[in-house]
Amino acid sequence: MKNWPLWEVFVRSKNGLEHRHCGSLHASDATMALENARDVYTRRMEGVSIWVVPSKEITASNPDDSAELFDPAKDKAYRHPTFYELPEELKHM
Amino acid sequence: MSEIEMKELEAIFDQKIANDEKIEPKDWMPEKYRKTHIRQISQHAHSEIVGMLPEGNWITRAPSLRRKVALLAKVQDEAGHGLYLYSACETLGVTREELYEQLHSGEAKYSSIFNYPTVTWADMGAIGWLVDGAAIINQVPLTATSFGPYARAMVRVCKEESFHQRQGFEIMMTLASGTQEQKDMAQDALNRWWWPSLMMLGPTDAESVHTEQSMKWKLKRKTNDELRQQFIDQTVPQAELIGLTIPDPNLKWNEETKRYDFGALDWDEFWQVVKGHGPCNKARMDARKNAWSKGEWVRDAAMAYAEKQELKLETA
Amino acid sequence: MQNNLVQYIYGIADNALILGQRLGELCGHGPNLETDIAMTNIALDLLGQTRSYYQYAAKLTGNEATEDTIAFLRSEREYKNVLIVEQPNTDFAYSIGRQFLFDVYHLLMLEQLQNSSDETLQAIAKKSIKEVSYHKRFSLDWIKRLGDGTEESHTKMQNAINDLWTFTDELFYQTDADKAMVSEQIGVDVTQLKDTYYSIISDILTESTLQVPDLKYFQKGGKQGIHSEHMGYILADLQYMQRTFPNMNW
Repeated sequence: MKNWPLWEVFVRSKNGLEHRHCGSLHASDATMALENARDVYTRRMEGVSIWVVPSKEITASNPDDSAELFDPAKDKAYRHPTFYELPEELKHM
Repeated sequence: MSEIEMKELEAIFDQKIANDEKIEPKDWMPEKYRKTHIRQISQHAHSEIVGMLPEGNWITRAPSLRRKVALLAKVQDEAGHGLYLYSACETLGVTREELYEQLHSGEAKYSSIFNYPTVTWADMGAIGWLVDGAAIINQVPLTATSFGPYARAMVRVCKEESFHQRQGFEIMMTLASGTQEQKDMAQDALNRWWWPSLMMLGPTDAESVHTEQSMKWKLKRKTNDELRQQFIDQTVPQAELIGLTIPDPNLKWNEETKRYDFGALDWDEFWQVVKGHGPCNKARMDARKNAWSKGEWVRDAAMAYAEKQELKLETA
Repeated sequence: MQNNLVQYIYGIADNALILGQRLGELCGHGPNLETDIAMTNIALDLLGQTRSYYQYAAKLTGNEATEDTIAFLRSEREYKNVLIVEQPNTDFAYSIGRQFLFDVYHLLMLEQLQNSSDETLQAIAKKSIKEVSYHKRFSLDWIKRLGDGTEESHTKMQNAINDLWTFTDELFYQTDADKAMVSEQIGVDVTQLKDTYYSIISDILTESTLQVPDLKYFQKGGKQGIHSEHMGYILADLQYMQRTFPNMNW
């Protein structure tokens, strides 16, 4: 007996917006995963498009590496518009 | 890992939660946190799918088409909620199948209120109104719990559940304003479901073993007794509004505390039902085990077919 | 003409009601949560369609008729659904087989009904086509999985198809009311759909490694209100509340 693998479900709620992760489910193959996603996650008009991805195909960053991966971005204030000083009179830029 | 290192990690972890930061599945967490969450989330999931059965009992007998589709959609939502919760639990490294096994073997618990029978149509009203009402009181604070996947599942559950209680209350209201026979049916259902609903909010604080730890991890925001009081205070006026009587002779508004005083709960009965001696414990478990074992060949067939298709693709 | 139209509507709507009722029995007992949710969606679509048809029939009937008096207060002989939809959920293969054999017919029929000269039926058909296309996709995928899955599932699926096959011919039988509605260009001439139906079904069964049954004798009667013995029990459940507590609002 083999269990149905796990899939991650991404739903685009309307055109113009990105697909967002909304949960997971079990299905034996991609076709079924799509159908199950439709039946489970779009019962209340939540979507116009669905992606399904086998959970095992996702490569995730390791939280133990968070410091070296994400902390170095913290002191790069010059990447943000507020870093730059502008004259008061200038209302929009 | 040395004991000191472990203590440090735990201190950082506790601080994170105290700062209202979320814990995500791959983050380091104390083993006890993982185990407690698997236990609580799966218990919650089991309650959803066992909870489908008492109401499912009336789908084919609903008295109007409007009621039939509403009930069917509600029971279906419970399957969905079970699914979201099992998924949240699976992020902690346990499979849905393992969780089912725990349910089927009796090792895992589920809300004991579903071990009572649904004997009349009014029970659909009482369950929606009282059982879902009590569940909402339990669940809303969980949308802000510390474990990310659980919190997100609860956001979805609470959003979907908002129609459930209304569905039940509307049934009760219609019955209460109907014929004498219907009023009696509604009152009888309230009489039978009132006390189990109060017990559903958990043992009294004095007897609750998990409360302190659960508070720290934001699995709980209020104690069982506080939740129970909140449920009573909000439900009594609703019953009065539709002309039904809460079956508690000791129920009385307390002008001083601005809350209702109420009579003693029969905790012996509660523990008997928890231990498996409720009217429907066996029937509920049999139904779940049956569905699972009778579905095995179906699940196997789907996997076998998927493997064949994959093989075809590879050799093509 | 009015009465023929009402009878014609019953012929379509009762199928949706009884199949919806059968699927409703499965809620909470599916082989997996995902499948359970999917089949309940089909039940909800069918019951939604039922309500649209009955509301229209109630309007045509007048008096005190409502969707509920039509759904719950007729006698068994007055229900005009085909026999296949009342067949029980013997196992998952039967539920899927019943769904598949009905869905293929249902979609073909609705594709014609959307050209009906009756605007209400036209509108209901247009809405239902989207739903039923999905039902067909679902049941067809499962026929393939079970037919070409394991040895056990193959046997179970073949048995179900063999047993249900005897009810397929009735789908193309016309009552007098049906004929009258066809001549008014309101109703669908189902006799025209038969060849397409069997050719679609045969292709799918063959693709699913299943045998197309070779059968000469078929069962019919549902459309004239002569049902299988299952029907009485379906109605006993369905009508229980309305019969036990007559003339009340719920």
